[in-house]
Amino acid sequence: MKRIISLTINSVLYELAVEPRRTLLELIRQDIGLTGTKKGCGIGDCGGCTVLVDGIPTFSCLMLAIQAEGCEVETVEGLATDGQLNRLQEAFVEHGAIQCGFCTPGMLMTSTELLRHNPNPTEQNIREAISGNLCRCTGYQKIVEAIQHASEADNE
Amino acid sequence: MSDYKILNTRAPRVDARDKAIGKAVYTDDMTRPNMLYAAILHSPLAHANIVNVDTSKAKRIPGVHAVVTSKDAGIEPYGVSPARYDETIFCHDKVRYIGDEIAAVAADDPDIALDAVRSIKVDFEPLPLVLDGERAMDEGQPLLHKQYKNNVCAQVHWNFGDIEQGRRESSIIRTDSMSSKMQDGAFMEPQAIIAEVDTSGNLTMWSSTQAPHYVQRTLAMALKLPINKVRVIKPAVGGGFGPKASCSTAELAVCLLAMKTGRPVKMTFDREQVFLHSRARHQFFHTMTSGLRDDGTIAFLEHNCLLDGGAYASFGIATIYYAGSLLGGPYRLKNMKYDGYRVVTNKPVCGAQRGHGAVIARALFEVQLDRMAEELGMDPIELRLKNVMDTGETTCNELFVSSFGMREALEAVRDSAAWKKKRASAGKTRAAGKGIGAACGFFVSGAGYSIYRSKTYHCTVVTKVDEVGGGVLVSSGAADIGQGSDTMLAMITAEELGLPLDDVRVQSGDTNLSMDLGAYSSRTTLMTGSACRDAARDVKRKILNAIAGRMSVPPETLDIKDGHIISLGDPIDFSDLRDEYLKEHFGFSDLPDSPLLTFREASRIAFLELGTVIGTGSYRPPKLGGSFKGAAVGTSPAFGCSAQVAEVTVDLETGEITVDKITGAHDCGFAINTTQVEGQMQGSMMMGMGEALMEQICYDDKGRILNANLAEYKIPTSLDMPHLDAIIVESHEPNGPYGAKEVGEGAIMPVIPSILNAVYDATGVRISELPVTPERIAEALRKKRESCG
Repeated sequence: MKRIISLTINSVLYELAVEPRRTLLELIRQDIGLTGTKKGCGIGDCGGCTVLVDGIPTFSCLMLAIQAEGCEVETVEGLATDGQLNRLQEAFVEHGAIQCGFCTPGMLMTSTELLRHNPNPTEQNIREAISGNLCRCTGYQKIVEAIQHASEADNE
Repeated sequence: MSDYKILNTRAPRVDARDKAIGKAVYTDDMTRPNMLYAAILHSPLAHANIVNVDTSKAKRIPGVHAVVTSKDAGIEPYGVSPARYDETIFCHDKVRYIGDEIAAVAADDPDIALDAVRSIKVDFEPLPLVLDGERAMDEGQPLLHKQYKNNVCAQVHWNFGDIEQGRRESSIIRTDSMSSKMQDGAFMEPQAIIAEVDTSGNLTMWSSTQAPHYVQRTLAMALKLPINKVRVIKPAVGGGFGPKASCSTAELAVCLLAMKTGRPVKMTFDREQVFLHSRARHQFFHTMTSGLRDDGTIAFLEHNCLLDGGAYASFGIATIYYAGSLLGGPYRLKNMKYDGYRVVTNKPVCGAQRGHGAVIARALFEVQLDRMAEELGMDPIELRLKNVMDTGETTCNELFVSSFGMREALEAVRDSAAWKKKRASAGKTRAAGKGIGAACGFFVSGAGYSIYRSKTYHCTVVTKVDEVGGGVLVSSGAADIGQGSDTMLAMITAEELGLPLDDVRVQSGDTNLSMDLGAYSSRTTLMTGSACRDAARDVKRKILNAIAGRMSVPPETLDIKDGHIISLGDPIDFSDLRDEYLKEHFGFSDLPDSPLLTFREASRIAFLELGTVIGTGSYRPPKLGGSFKGAAVGTSPAFGCSAQVAEVTVDLETGEITVDKITGAHDCGFAINTTQVEGQMQGSMMMGMGEALMEQICYDDKGRILNANLAEYKIPTSLDMPHLDAIIVESHEPNGPYGAKEVGEGAIMPVIPSILNAVYDATGVRISELPVTPERIAEALRKKRESCG
């Protein structure tokens, strides 16, 4: 039996009826239509579906939609302002952190949260923060460098 | 420094912005109106006769629109290599691995489709299993396929030069073995497919594939459709690395369901299905005997290889050839004998994966060279430098290296990693458990021949100038699967036409657009890049001819630079052309104000003169290779080569290995995009490191995968990976566009052996079974301690 929930996604308030077993990932991708968030495994192994729920990086494939009742959810689509990429996104683009791009939304959300609570991360801080986000293309080198550059840009 | 404006720079990828804001569309992001969802029934048994398939209950479930089996699909065989068509869309007489496809369903939603699949009743008659590749050829083993005697699906026997002479010349001869486990591609995007048929019978399939052209051919053949009625489109793809390079049963099944129902049908693999479908790295068993002369030159190599390829041939026939042929370089080796067997077993099917066929062979040979260097008392890098080929040489198996920066690459990693100093510190100032190792690699830059026998062009590119003026649209069938080929095409076009990158749009990965064999064998930059360059030059010539005609000057006195037409001779007054353009664009706000004629004006004028301006380019390699059987595999218009130094720390109690640093150098001929070349190298380092240290598919005694997920099938995380230092060597390949050749696969070649050699340097133990897990190291260290008393 569906239940009515309300939540905000990227500052937009949504009210919708969802099956209790529907995941937050399914709600975001299929009900709302924000397909930037990716499903790489569906069981919390790859980090591709990472979104921020009340500011905390969360595997949206492991969270039920009804658990997000009243929460503020941020997805990759919420990072740019009026189509202008933010500094972290620009750094990913400029520094070659994006190849196939499938891990990119999750990587961006995890590192967004990192830079919010730690504006001056060390390389080790960055590697620890993104260690739950798998990438098969880059060897992580340019992702780490992009996050470092974004943090330096933030501090200028 | 080059004179190029766009090439050889770090231009951001043309698709990066869309990927950074979540706008890039992958197949699973798409829906079509009135779409159904498919599910596939996979075999729960690894080897069994099918007695009966009862779909009656599934067909009665509300919301189910079609249930298809071999009765609907037919049993015409298909596969990758025409010489080994051994798959049917659905199993009809027997199943050969856990995951083999028996039936498929289309339903209103994915849950109903799954329920329907579960309600299909299959009666099996279990058969004895063949799970051990090393025993598959033994007398009395059950046969998987009638046509594969002793379960051997392909074999190769080569004898180049005279290995007996090589033996006589050798002062050191060693025999070593190495084996690996089956691996998974572990690309982040699971395969997804949407198919639909229009009212005229045109089938369109969107799929996360590496090779739209081959998939189009297979769909047409297996579904018995006119090939011109089949269109394959590759949306954004989240990595492939080889396993997405051939047509899958899922693609065929979804198309069949779309044909049956007349509605769009979608299916997305879950991660377990990615593992079951596999088509990834084979399991390799290599034994090599080689010899060194007194001076450290390599006298011969005798190489035996067994590949366990799982239940069907897939790419395996090419794999077993590559496993032998690519040891022909990068060293001077006149005497080489190779015997390779590729067997079938009741396990998921192996195919191509980055460094196709050659990775474990390379690992063993490079380890063996280190062991012989040690026996000879020679530095391993010095030994390699003594043996490396130079530009213009030909291998014993008739592979011609038209550019070869092997020596430069090896010297670059030696110097950058402070090799001599670190080696010298062993046993002195160096901490216990630290080690450093080196290795080289060699790889094709595009397969010399297509998979099917044909003199087909390997690719074509169509570049059209916007009729409205201003930009160009590059159309290509090439498959950007994340490696960045769209950016390569845009950069080449912008360079040739003297345009900013922003004025070039690329559409690709669609069989409607042009012919392209796809993303495999590291072929796209050299081949599609060449065709793209020629298409752009064709366009430029046409535009300049049109302008020259209007101005009554010879076309060779005109050129395009920085988006403007320039005169190489006397200054030209273009004001008549400008007036003509301005009259057309009354009311526009972005009119040209430069004193020079802009490309926008020139391209519009050219259209007014000529109609639509289109340039085309095509590429196919010249005839390559020798005349011996199988000589085609391993041929290429060019060869990449690479060297690497790995530094490790091994915990001598637990056997845990930490890779501290990897320094790699790769000869890509010429870096079209510096950032992307580094990215391919770094990605290769990561994949190779995973294969060396952690990646293995584990099976139980029923043939079931025990770790079909990304938690228990371990690939390196950001914490496992060290700093990756990528050094680019540019040898200027005469057969590549602007001197460019491959980087995507060759860069993985030295990764595994450099790590293995470093682990030996750190511990004094050699592990001959990959992956080198802490358990294996700890056990070897324990044995070494015991044997030392």
